[in-house]
Amino acid sequence: MKIKILVLTIFYFIGSFNLSYAANSEKVDQISKNLRCLICQGQSVYDSQSDFALSMKILIQNKIDEGKNDEQIYDFLKSKYGEWIVYDPEINKNTVLLWVLPLILFVFGGILILRKVSIK
Amino acid sequence: MVKNIKLIAVVFLVIVSFFILLKGLNKTNNYSPNLKSSNIDFNFKAKFLYSNEETTLYELINDKDFSLINIWASWCLPCRDEHPYLLNLNSLGKLNIIGINYKDSEVNAKKFIKELGNPYSKIVVDPSGVNSIELGAYGVPETILINNNSKTILKKYIGPLDDKKLAELKMIIKNEN
Repeated sequence: MKIKILVLTIFYFIGSFNLSYAANSEKVDQISKNLRCLICQGQSVYDSQSDFALSMKILIQNKIDEGKNDEQIYDFLKSKYGEWIVYDPEINKNTVLLWVLPLILFVFGGILILRKVSIK
Repeated sequence: MVKNIKLIAVVFLVIVSFFILLKGLNKTNNYSPNLKSSNIDFNFKAKFLYSNEETTLYELINDKDFSLINIWASWCLPCRDEHPYLLNLNSLGKLNIIGINYKDSEVNAKKFIKELGNPYSKIVVDPSGVNSIELGAYGVPETILINNNSKTILKKYIGPLDDKKLAELKMIIKNEN
């Protein structure tokens, strides 16, 4: 009986260790999917196996271990590499068209449809 | 009337996309952020190549006016090409050249220095590449000129040094003095 409990306890600890480890690397995956690999265009850090991307993933893991949250990690990388590294452009004078254009098209399309319907 | 709107819409779209693409053409393909926004983290910790002691960027930057951080590796061919330029810069005596050995084996790194000469006042190792990321680097080779007094980045070169960059570096050092 004692042995059984001992074995179960050991397995429990191994299991919980694995779980927490897995949870952390999932977090790394999640963050690295939102980051542009700067030396391999068109790939995210998550997808890439370049030296740059591999180091970046280690860095993200380190930051998570330090207890930094997602926002802090993104901000840190933005301060080092600029806005370009995240796949989520902020609204500024360069990106305003990017944000507004779909809206304009949506309204325009709506008007077209309305007109068509009212004519019929 | 409907036909007119369609025509206007198409023309409008074509014009808009034309200008977007035109703007994209003029944009340089260099993704380096502007230097003012990229601050240096002086708490950067790394181990020396020739001893096992740990150090920080604060300790690495000595009393000379400028520091040149050079990221290199023995497996990186362009680093071999730029090495004579670093030796040349070191002979000026005004620069404190710090080498960061990027994802390299200790044996190969030491061999590289023995073979080609040592322009660095200090060499630290970065086996995981994390330190280089903390400096905002892309890979090897990369060179960052720092003003030790104001603790600012004056210039950053991605890729190997060449005649043009060497002349520019010398110019900056001369003008800043």
